[in-house]
Amino acid sequence: MQGNGNGMTGAPLLDIQNLSTHYVSSQGTRVVRAVDDVSLRIHAGETLGIVGESGSGKSTLALTIMRVLPPAARIVGGRMLFEGEDLVQKPDAEMRQVRGKRIAMILQDPMASLNPLFTIGNQVGEPIRVHEGASRASAWDRARQLLKSVRIPSPETRVTQYPHEMSGGMRQRIVGAIGISCEPRLLIADEPTTSLDLTIQAQYLNLLRDLQRQHGLALIFITHNLGIVAKMCDQLAVMYAGRVVESGPVSRIFNAPSHPYTEALLNAIPRMSDGDQRLTAIDGQPPDLAALPPGCAFAPRCPRAVTECLEAPPPEFFPEEGRRSRCWLTERSDIPRAVLGSDRRVATGAA
Amino acid sequence: MALLEAATLTKHFQARRGIFGGERGTVRAVDGISFAIERGQTLGVVGESGCGKTTTAKLVLGLEEPTGGTIRFDGRDLQALDASGRRNYRKSVQAVFQDPYASLNPRMRISAIIAEPLVTHEQLSAAAVKDRVLELLDLVGLPARAADLFPHEFSGGQRQRIAIARALALSPKLIVLDEPVSALDVSIRAQILNLLRDLQARLGVSYLFIAHDLAAVAHMSHQIVVMYLGKIVESGAAKQLARAPKHPYTEALFSAALPSHPDERRDEIILAGEVPSPLNPPSGCRFHPRCPHAMPRCAEEEPRLAAVEDRVVACHLFDAAEMRRGAAPRLEPVAQAG
Repeated sequence: MQGNGNGMTGAPLLDIQNLSTHYVSSQGTRVVRAVDDVSLRIHAGETLGIVGESGSGKSTLALTIMRVLPPAARIVGGRMLFEGEDLVQKPDAEMRQVRGKRIAMILQDPMASLNPLFTIGNQVGEPIRVHEGASRASAWDRARQLLKSVRIPSPETRVTQYPHEMSGGMRQRIVGAIGISCEPRLLIADEPTTSLDLTIQAQYLNLLRDLQRQHGLALIFITHNLGIVAKMCDQLAVMYAGRVVESGPVSRIFNAPSHPYTEALLNAIPRMSDGDQRLTAIDGQPPDLAALPPGCAFAPRCPRAVTECLEAPPPEFFPEEGRRSRCWLTERSDIPRAVLGSDRRVATGAA
Repeated sequence: MALLEAATLTKHFQARRGIFGGERGTVRAVDGISFAIERGQTLGVVGESGCGKTTTAKLVLGLEEPTGGTIRFDGRDLQALDASGRRNYRKSVQAVFQDPYASLNPRMRISAIIAEPLVTHEQLSAAAVKDRVLELLDLVGLPARAADLFPHEFSGGQRQRIAIARALALSPKLIVLDEPVSALDVSIRAQILNLLRDLQARLGVSYLFIAHDLAAVAHMSHQIVVMYLGKIVESGAAKQLARAPKHPYTEALFSAALPSHPDERRDEIILAGEVPSPLNPPSGCRFHPRCPHAMPRCAEEEPRLAAVEDRVVACHLFDAAEMRRGAAPRLEPVAQAG
């Protein structure tokens, strides 16, 4: 199958509209808005980075797309149009035909993703047998080819081996091979390289990029690492407290972030070219998702917060074509100076 | 005189192979490395898993006994110290570990956690201990009321501040920082790195900083040593080394570091293969099987660390004879077929 390139013009492969996933405690007294009113798009052949800190909801978003949420989580609203079909409405049985075949996922820890009791050939061939009804023998043949395509040396012997006989980098490549085994249209990688060494990480990222080009895959990277986004992604969505606070093309966001949180994140990473200056730290802590402030969730830590920010959560603004930002300041130029006033800056105490 | 000097420091572990322990092998975790930590400065150690950086940290902390070589602290050889000298050394060298969720006892109050080194090492009155705890909390930017709370009441960044306060309790001269920010969120990392630098400026404490985030090491360190399979392959002033690595391994390692901006296009050197087992390291230069510039002699002869311009490098490419023959010292990065 041919991907239709990087064309932004065609219909998106996955179009997420106002998606919300909440965790509800058994008594129903505590609601954690892990994913709240999220809208995102990804086209075939594109790479989207979803960046956020722990607890920002980025992994829950990935689980929501795969529809493999834990029992306490509910999709409470929104749509996920994948190749025109709404995944939110899909019955479980049909969802099983999508999962692993048209949308696949690579998880962070390759040791936890592989079953220690089955051979590599067995595990790489499993999706092919399940989804395509292939025989054991032909699944093993395909497994061998897949191992070769993820650059595992001597795949003939490796298919008969077990996960413990492989190094961490090799295991992660095997998980990658399982991911692409049924030629999915969309591959979601949740922190795929955090457990890898630097030079192995570089190998793996290059491999993913090559696979993407060969198969016209759309790739979603869930990560806390802006370096991975800078290296790999075309589009970026920044999550904070369950919401996408900013999204758009990577280089435009890096060059001129629109949301103060994005700006602060970009300033907080040490750079190789740095002099001796201090890093710009973000004061305070991320908020509790079960007790969000009434206004913008970032306002208590935001150096530029104005009174609006504490009163109402900002809707999505469109600062330019293809970009979105949930910040009242995005609108600031449109609001007459007299209304906003420069004296309305609020002092923010460090948490 | 440097605060700490390690000379041909070596740690070999005896390993048994197989469940019946028939064959024996030697893991050369740290193999004859020399480095110095200056007073009030930071020495950064970088390298991948199995390079020996954690073993080096354990040797410096006195948690492992070296099988060869010496560590001199304040001019005195650690091996030659008597019991009270050892005790003094343990007071002068403290550690902050990676995971602040594992390094703080969940059943102890913060005041007890921070006071523990004081209680163990110093004869102080209860009031003096309490004053010191409050002073330390203030030093790391935590409120005094934190003293009465338990670790679970704090976030990762705050816990790491508590761990730093505990490390500072005995006014050490050296703190070993083993991946101190890897477990923290991006927005919190900068807080902790800034705090560590402020404390160094204020207290004149030295750091041995171990991390896999090269940009963070370059940012924090005065000197950097790069390790590969138990050996130092290159060392020098941090900024210069990060800007222009010389050893092919350092070059590949820094080129593998993630860019900080999407427009930053670097020549990538993708190394083939993985780090070999330290149980059976390659002959000659340990890096030669993965090195894009390997020559026949690299497989036979182990390169020695030698001065090259502003630093020391262990690589035959920088050998005088090789340089005359035109094995250019500044190599065009050869991107291996990826």
